[in-house]
Amino acid sequence: MKYMQGSYPIVEKQAIAADTFSFTVRCPEVAALAKPGQFVHILPKGYGLRRPISIAGIDRATGTLRIVFAIRGKGTEALAQMNPGDDMDMIAPLGHGFTLLPEAQHVALVGGGIGVPPMLPLAKYYGERATAISGFRSFKQIILQEDFDALGAQAICCTEDGSAGAVKGFVTAPLEQLISEGLDAVYACGPMPMLRAVAEVCLRTGTWCEVSLEERMACGVGACLGCACRTKDANGEEQFLHVCKNGPVFKAEEVQW
Amino acid sequence: MADLSVNICGIDFKNPIIPASGVFGYGHEYEEFYSLSKLGGIATKGTTGKKRTGNIAPRIAETPAGMLNSVGLQNPGIDAFIEKELPYLLTKDTVILANIAGSTPEECAEVAAKLENTDVHMIELNISCPNVKQGGAAFGTSCVMAEQVTTAVRKATTKPLVVKLSPNVTSITDIAKAVEAAGADAVSLINTLLGMRIDIRTRRPVLHNNVGGLSGPAILPVAVRMIWQVANAVNIPVIGMGGVSTGEDAIELMMAGACAVQVGMACFTDPYAPVKIIDGMERFLDENNIAAARDIIGTVKPW
Ligand SMILES: Cc1cc2nc3c(=O)[nH]c(=O)nc-3n(C[C@H](O)[C@H](O)[C@H](O)COP(=O)(O)OP(=O)(O)OC[C@H]3O[C@@H](n4cnc5c(N)ncnc54)[C@H](O)[C@@H]3O)c2cc1C
Ligand SMILES: Cc1cc2nc3c(=O)[nH]c(=O)nc-3n(C[C@H](O)[C@H](O)[C@H](O)COP(=O)(O)O)c2cc1C
Ligand code: FES
Repeated sequence: MKYMQGSYPIVEKQAIAADTFSFTVRCPEVAALAKPGQFVHILPKGYGLRRPISIAGIDRATGTLRIVFAIRGKGTEALAQMNPGDDMDMIAPLGHGFTLLPEAQHVALVGGGIGVPPMLPLAKYYGERATAISGFRSFKQIILQEDFDALGAQAICCTEDGSAGAVKGFVTAPLEQLISEGLDAVYACGPMPMLRAVAEVCLRTGTWCEVSLEERMACGVGACLGCACRTKDANGEEQFLHVCKNGPVFKAEEVQW
Repeated sequence: MADLSVNICGIDFKNPIIPASGVFGYGHEYEEFYSLSKLGGIATKGTTGKKRTGNIAPRIAETPAGMLNSVGLQNPGIDAFIEKELPYLLTKDTVILANIAGSTPEECAEVAAKLENTDVHMIELNISCPNVKQGGAAFGTSCVMAEQVTTAVRKATTKPLVVKLSPNVTSITDIAKAVEAAGADAVSLINTLLGMRIDIRTRRPVLHNNVGGLSGPAILPVAVRMIWQVANAVNIPVIGMGGVSTGEDAIELMMAGACAVQVGMACFTDPYAPVKIIDGMERFLDENNIAAARDIIGTVKPW
């Protein structure tokens, strides 16, 4: 794995929903290496620990990466104060990304809330072979649906309260529908209850599935063993792997749900 | 250019800066950033007799100017360390301190004995772990237990033995004197201070283990105080650590009495921290016309 630390200029900032921001950062060396599912580890000014944020866009032509994050605490609040021209201190690209399946005919990209952004690089790769199923609590949190359209993927938006989108309720209903019609792969990122439900559906139906997990991190590179995730090895024996290095993407059957 | 080299227990360090145990793994991950040969030494992740899986996550919590961790000594066990990690580390032209731990004095001694036939330079015995034979209190919290475990490991090794002290005690100087009497060649301090954080929305501790060890800039003044007291209480070298993130911080620990300085949490904030600290020390020494880093050890002038 190859990664680097540097201060990279922000070239674009956009508020895309309440307390949710999209930043584009110029970092050609990182963009050249980055793969869908990897993340960047950003140092908010004045803090001791970095914040892991998924890569939401990779543009090798312009040498830029895009990230999308929600304000969840003091660190992300400090990051949201940054502006174009400021430098973002990050270690990147980190982690083991999604497995790309060149032969796949139809894949589902299941994102929940702030788990939707890492689905964008997959939508770029699969184009019209992808259906993005995004779940949000209500219309206020909806993000990135036009981006999926622009990349040629079909977008199905679900809200728990039915305030917007085609589906009222959870992402699993449209997912089960797609699986019954025939799906080659499911990729998922979002809150743990959603991932658990998605993994359950995929394991039950024998559908290939990868999930991107979250855990609190310190080093971000696999040295401190801080970001442990309970997994099973091939013999079903419990082992702790590390979200930053072995993940954040894991096979659904590897994880101890 | 100031001479940064130091000698501790007969081992030459090219400079006094050592990434601390548990933050640097076995070095591989940081080699992406710089050559490990720039470092004075490396203290490896605490290794026990058998493989340990460690605690359930979350294992990390942020705190004002610091962090808590409850990794819980996850490691592959001493045999895997000797076979898979050590040979590689020993090619890196830097001093390797094998940090070891165990649940009983016998386990610690067994781990040290296995290192006896390797070329590892020093053994750093972590006595902050629970002693299962004594109701789970950490070895490092009583003079009797600290002495017992040090005696057991001393018998098992001829390598320079550094005993790493816990700060969670009433009198760290008493513990330091006890391990000196039991045959320690040096002491290192401080390990993390026990702490806790609660998520007030869920009323759950942030760490799954409820409590964890505090490190980072927040503990620097505690480290300076304890290093100063211990350096004045024992006649063996002191390796200092706790909250160091700049060259000036490292100089401060050395003036308090440390012969070398370990760097923990700062590696997370900036993976280049150890290298920048070395540069910062050199700059300070040059600007103040001090010929050698060793000349500042213990030179604080108390009121
Ligand atoms: C691999 C990965 C990718 C992620 N991608 C995104 C993304 O694309 N967009 C986005 O909005 N968020 C993402 N997150 C979550 C994001 O890292 C947290 O929301 C953020 O760290 C919160 O920081 P804070 O300072 O605002 O919160 P605070 O609560 O003040 O943070 C305190 C500490 O806890 C850690 N922490 C708190 N919540 C989380 C969490 N959910 N996951 C990991 N660490 C946490 C912080 O990093 C910090 O060390 C991702 C997390 C991981 C592990
Ligand atoms: C994530 C983490 C893991 C640690 N693991 C160990 C360990 O295995 N053995 C040990 O003796 N100390 C361990 N420590 C303690 C450090 O080596 C050091 O004593 C402490 O962090 C204080 O230094 P700092 O303030 O520079 O971080 C660990 C610290 C951290 C942050
Ligand atoms: S954050 Fe250090 S190992 Fe993952």
